[in-house]
Amino acid sequence: MATSLPPGIQLEKADDRIMTLNVGPQHPGSGHMRLIIKVDGDYIVSCDPDPGYVHRGEEKMAEYRNYIQNIPHLERPVIHDSCNILYPYCLAVEDLLGIEVPERAKYIRVIASELNRSVYTLYWLAIYGIFLGHSTMFMWPAGDREFCIDLLEAMSGARVTHAYFVPGGVRNDVPANFEERCLRQINYFEKRLKEYEDIFYQNPVLKQRTEGTGVLSRMDAIRLGTTGSVLRSAGVDFDIRKKEPYDVYDNLDFQTQVLKEGDSYARSRVPYLDMLESCRIIKDALKKMPKSGSVRTKLKPNPKGGNDEAYRRVESGRGSLGMYVVSDGKPEPYRVKISVGSFRNLICMPYLLKGEKLGNMPAVYWSLNYWPVEADR
Amino acid sequence: MSSEQTIDEKSSETVTNKPGVIKKDASALEPQFEKSIAEKVVSKFGTIVTVGFLKPNRIRINTKKENIVDVATFIRDELNFDHAESVTGVDYPKTKEIEVVYHLGSYTEPQLAKQILTLATRIQREDVPNPGNDNTRMPSLRDVFYSVEFHERECFEMLGVYFEGHPDNRRLLLPEDWADIPPFRKDFSIKGR
Repeated sequence: MATSLPPGIQLEKADDRIMTLNVGPQHPGSGHMRLIIKVDGDYIVSCDPDPGYVHRGEEKMAEYRNYIQNIPHLERPVIHDSCNILYPYCLAVEDLLGIEVPERAKYIRVIASELNRSVYTLYWLAIYGIFLGHSTMFMWPAGDREFCIDLLEAMSGARVTHAYFVPGGVRNDVPANFEERCLRQINYFEKRLKEYEDIFYQNPVLKQRTEGTGVLSRMDAIRLGTTGSVLRSAGVDFDIRKKEPYDVYDNLDFQTQVLKEGDSYARSRVPYLDMLESCRIIKDALKKMPKSGSVRTKLKPNPKGGNDEAYRRVESGRGSLGMYVVSDGKPEPYRVKISVGSFRNLICMPYLLKGEKLGNMPAVYWSLNYWPVEADR
Repeated sequence: MSSEQTIDEKSSETVTNKPGVIKKDASALEPQFEKSIAEKVVSKFGTIVTVGFLKPNRIRINTKKENIVDVATFIRDELNFDHAESVTGVDYPKTKEIEVVYHLGSYTEPQLAKQILTLATRIQREDVPNPGNDNTRMPSLRDVFYSVEFHERECFEMLGVYFEGHPDNRRLLLPEDWADIPPFRKDFSIKGR
């Protein structure tokens, strides 16, 4: 009976004990992706992630547009982290075309990408709060996110989809007195983040629900090739900003945040600690940034690469984000592959959910820092 | 990727009439650390493998599909690369080949943290694809690098490369009733373009 149907279609009991449940693909909790979960009573016996509902063929589209035209659509997979998804693309194209980036642009890029990391992480944290029924944690990050969005709007002119990074630098310079304003808002934001600690991370209810659930061991984190906060919460000290510094990250003062527990609590805490580090990075970058100078190396129209390829990666809000760009000497790239953190972390979902209670599923699922649209590309 | 003449032509053309663009010296010294890693692979496997390029922090090793499991096992056990960052299929209809590219990295070996080893192989491409049942196939690296599981599933549906030995060759991103050719092949074109 049910075995001939594709997986996930069976809504009836497969046998006396095991029942198949669909979580998603509509938005409540799952975020345009489906989890096919088999439960035995209250316990999950297997989980089969089924992404692809927001697949847009970004990689295919990139083959039909030239290097500059590719900028606005390549940021679409994660509009909340648009600077960080354009960052590796720009680095790779700069490698292919042999472009040098002006010093001031490098600092502006770092500031923009750290602000954008905070925008993304706050959005993610807001949803994590509402997943766990903590509605204050939905309201606060959603409100505080505006401070970072305002700064990015002043830089790029757009609230969310900035398209701010271009091969050769950034699209335009920051406005006058930006540094002062940025410093003021970051100081406030840093103070505000400390309150999150009290209301959310030290909340006994949150701790009870997330500590010890979905534990990923260090060896498994490495073996499964996880990245970003999932990897660092399992005790692996690996941050692309430290390990393979791009632009000016090697000049800046910050630390990699690593926790050892590997459970949902640690996974939800690492992005928060990263935001505090982001504040440090921004303040340091504002101090060290050249006060004036060019922010963009102009390209001639339709720049062409050689018969070459480049793979560059950055640390995004969800972990390592790599772009593999193959050029065949035409103005359009021959192939663009986006290797995203969400897709790489997806593989550990079946491992973590097996044996968990169904009620813990949202806490484990969203702690993976998974963004379905990015995973599908 | 092999015609070196075109590289020189293109890169010199890129440089000539562009004031702000600085040409990176193509004949710069080969990075020593990358060279030593590549030499280890070459001394073990000899003519089976060829070194595609050595750039700072990037090594490319090309091999045949028959040997890819051995080479990958050596890279994992002796060179300590422990995970795959991505698996990419690149379609070359002119030479009737599909190139499958593994980007491998290491978390455990601090020296290798910067490095990405590109392991590539070319396999036969059929003009009329029949994914899973034609000659576009290669051994899966899933038993060597566990992390390639979902990447290989994506490569199978998007380019029709069947990975032998992969435990789960179902569709991942595409709809279950997709009946067209694999969409990332070059002959699948976007409407209006």
